[in-house]
Amino acid sequence: MKTGTNRVKRGMAEMQKGGVIMDVVNAEQAKIAEEAGAVAVMALERVPSDIRAAGGVARMADPRIVEEVMGAVTIPVMAKARIGHIVEARVLEAMGVDYIDESEVLTPADEEYHLNKRDYTVPFVCGCRDLGEAARRIGEGASMLRTKGEPGTGNIVEAVRHIRKVNAQVRKVVAMDMDELMTEAKLLGAPYELLMEIKQLGRLPVVNFAAGGVATPADAALMMQLGADGVFVGSGIFKSENPAKFAKAIVEATTHYQDYELIANISKGLGIPMKGMEISSLAPEARMQDRGW
Amino acid sequence: MVKIGVLGLQGAVREHLWAIEASGGEGIIVKRPEQLEEVDGLIIPGGESTTIRRLVDKYGFMDELKKFADDGKPMFGTCAGLILLANNLVGYDEPHIGVMDVKVERNSFGRQRESFEADIAISGVADNFSAVFIRAPHIVEAGEDVEVLAKHNDRIVAARDRQFLGCSFHPELTNDHRLMNYFVKMVEESKSKNFA
Repeated sequence: MKTGTNRVKRGMAEMQKGGVIMDVVNAEQAKIAEEAGAVAVMALERVPSDIRAAGGVARMADPRIVEEVMGAVTIPVMAKARIGHIVEARVLEAMGVDYIDESEVLTPADEEYHLNKRDYTVPFVCGCRDLGEAARRIGEGASMLRTKGEPGTGNIVEAVRHIRKVNAQVRKVVAMDMDELMTEAKLLGAPYELLMEIKQLGRLPVVNFAAGGVATPADAALMMQLGADGVFVGSGIFKSENPAKFAKAIVEATTHYQDYELIANISKGLGIPMKGMEISSLAPEARMQDRGW
Repeated sequence: MVKIGVLGLQGAVREHLWAIEASGGEGIIVKRPEQLEEVDGLIIPGGESTTIRRLVDKYGFMDELKKFADDGKPMFGTCAGLILLANNLVGYDEPHIGVMDVKVERNSFGRQRESFEADIAISGVADNFSAVFIRAPHIVEAGEDVEVLAKHNDRIVAARDRQFLGCSFHPELTNDHRLMNYFVKMVEESKSKNFA
């Protein structure tokens, strides 16, 4: 009997496919998310848009919040650790969190190295903007990916850019001649063996969700249509006018992402979504997606 | 060739399709209740049982799934799917579809860090089957007429009750299709009986 194997860690993410993972900051929100049909919740101290507003250093949530959320729901609970923060990750693992997000939404603890995620029993999800970043994270032991988008903006444009880029680069690798693969690995900054695996499988070896800017049911369906395996919604739900209704509508749109009549129906009278931000209005240091190496 | 549907509301759907095809069946994704009429058997995949249940209710699947079971058509639930098939759930007043005579406890091996792989024997299927358990449930009690197919550490992890097959683990995450072969045979037998 073996725990923490690749199959067990990656398999957990396979079970989340076609689902929505929602950011929550307390037990009450976690229950709303579960009731709406979320496949997991991400326990945080603040949602990304509030992290932006608050400024300063964003860290792992107070373990009391994580514990409260774990006690409130039966679906899996994820939590975020700072990039490279070995101890935050170990603390979350010791608490029994089901998945750790080594996340650019928090202020990085290490500006050079990510966690060696192979060392942990708990699985990790990491952000990516392109195949090189995706492959480096898998190389370090990430069991699940999510494209980064730009968190806390309610603007889908970066999420679209990233999922298109990753999938276009995967298609390129799959179509490539074996002779060309090593140079591609060099150019992408990706482990060669992983590119060989991608070529052989015809896809990434782990599940890839979309994140960072999903604010409406149509946004969620768009990400699915562009090839995401599922969707993370951060600020989009609990910063909207009617979170319970929004949460349900986003779950349904993710399941039936090609049923446009249904998406029209569930989008009627949802109330005001979170206020969005133009990406060009962000100062370079406020761009969370640029964190990660 | 038999046609087997995979309930495609959420979870590991595509892996089951591959396994069905590798076992000589035709697999389709079932996203709407009326598609149940097209298929000879149904798989309810692993995923999050609360999410799948909510979507089952939302799209009017519940009565149709019960009717599918009443018609004698085979159903196979893995992990979350077993939870949906069971007629008794520990800690809950009501079952979901509730057609299989077993009492099931959710997340009974612990949280994700306790998730594991183990080699198990499945009666009539395999002596050594590499089984992947992820936040898995287990069968606490099986009804009198239920055939227990596999145990792990004295816990029932696979069983068959008439045309219903359920397991705690995820055969779809491995390339070992022997349990799927077993289910495809169940569907073939049920189909030939209906024509006889």
